[in-house]
Amino acid sequence: MARYFTDEHEWIDLEGDTATVGITDYAQGQLGDIVFVELPDVGTVVEKGKDAAVVESVKAASDVYAPLSGEVVEVNDSLEDDPALVNSSPEEDGWFFKMTVADTSEMEGLMDDKAYKSFCDGL
Amino acid sequence: MSEDNETIDEVQTLPLDAWHRGKGARMVPFAGYEMPIQYEGIVAEHNWTREQAGLFDVSHMGQLMVTGEKAAEELEKLLPGAIASLKPGRTRYSLLMAEDGGILDDLMVTNATPWIEADEEAGTEGHWGDPAYYLVVNGAMKWDDIAHLREHLDDDVTLTHMDEHALLALQGPNAATALNRVMRNVIDDMVFMDSVTHDFGEWPLRITRSGYTGEDGFEISVPAEFAESLADRLCAEIEVRPIGLGARDSLRLEAGLPLYGHDITEETDPVSADLLFALTKKRREEGGWMGHEAVAKVLADGPKQKRVGLDIEGRMPAREGALVYSGGKQVGRVTSGGFSPTLQRPIAMAYIDTDLTEEGTELEVEVRKKRLPAKVAPMPFVPNRYYRGK
Repeated sequence: MARYFTDEHEWIDLEGDTATVGITDYAQGQLGDIVFVELPDVGTVVEKGKDAAVVESVKAASDVYAPLSGEVVEVNDSLEDDPALVNSSPEEDGWFFKMTVADTSEMEGLMDDKAYKSFCDGL
Repeated sequence: MSEDNETIDEVQTLPLDAWHRGKGARMVPFAGYEMPIQYEGIVAEHNWTREQAGLFDVSHMGQLMVTGEKAAEELEKLLPGAIASLKPGRTRYSLLMAEDGGILDDLMVTNATPWIEADEEAGTEGHWGDPAYYLVVNGAMKWDDIAHLREHLDDDVTLTHMDEHALLALQGPNAATALNRVMRNVIDDMVFMDSVTHDFGEWPLRITRSGYTGEDGFEISVPAEFAESLADRLCAEIEVRPIGLGARDSLRLEAGLPLYGHDITEETDPVSADLLFALTKKRREEGGWMGHEAVAKVLADGPKQKRVGLDIEGRMPAREGALVYSGGKQVGRVTSGGFSPTLQRPIAMAYIDTDLTEEGTELEVEVRKKRLPAKVAPMPFVPNRYYRGK
């Protein structure tokens, strides 16, 4: 399984043609205490770069963009009762949704672990 | 120079800038200054203030001194509250009013008239000095306020901008305990809205028992050069931690306190804003202050809308700008809202059509095309704990 990152601070685990999507530890640190996550409905067709979810911290609401185009096939229901999972385990238990990957060429331009780390260091 | 650089140049730093950075604060531009939005995290800081004591740097706020024989009567022309009857050492919440009844700013006014001790050599008895009023106004509004005051106050009164002073707020149930340990016997006799001057060593302080969190607490005005040492002294107490602007906002929302520029503006009047307590009954009737005619009309006719609290069902916060509905009809708008760390649910302030402002009225708030059930709720959302004496 390979993990990729976007410059919008999302991570993507690609397994076959299914991608699991979440936000990175850097992103949760920037957002602060997360109090609510609005996830897309299963079956929603999302488009790369367009709104897919919303994270609400105490301070503000922030959009989470779809890192790829495809269809949402599963969402992380535990975030409904425990949105703080995004703070405590952003890159594991705090995943957002799983989606099909419509066009694998969209994977081009995503960063690997090392590239993402140096991207964050440069911020 | 590019425009971007000019913008950066305009953001100024406050006396405690380096101190905040040393404490790990995340700094953001606010009201023209670099300000700490948070240190360890908004929720932790919020809860710490509710349980212990938080130290807030609010040096961006405008500290003004209005002095002169006619200071009170001159201020009463611009503020709807009773200033002349405000006793030395007492503080009152008030408003700066526009002619059309809109609110130019909200502020705290303290009768800071000094007591002059008897001087046997000079043969004078103890007496009150020249009338002086200490005003604390919003940081983002202070330049407009100063211009407004200069324009309308008589030339016989003097307006001084105390821009060499920092302002620290110590807030929380253990604020008094901590402050008592640092300065003995200074605050013993003080209740909510009392204000004293105190020379702490060579630091001349003004300490007012007030704040913006709903908790007991103090606002301490200190010459900028001593601000860092004072902040260190206070934070050395086990109960005290530095708290950022983020928690300041969530605390004041829970306390039901309006934020200027959001819950009250030039477009809102004190009646609609439910701030009638700032208009003493006598002055409400007699007038003689800017905006009285317009406000009297709203009082007589009743306001179209009123500022109320909303309890929102679920966990999704409704924020400023969210529209409020009753059935299919839009009946109001949220002016500030968020997730309450204390109550663990979303709360908001909104302006709602007056006939729907009774407590318990069921409404809906629209957030991202979803209608969330909401109920008109009494404020404060979290009971305040001001110290009013034993």
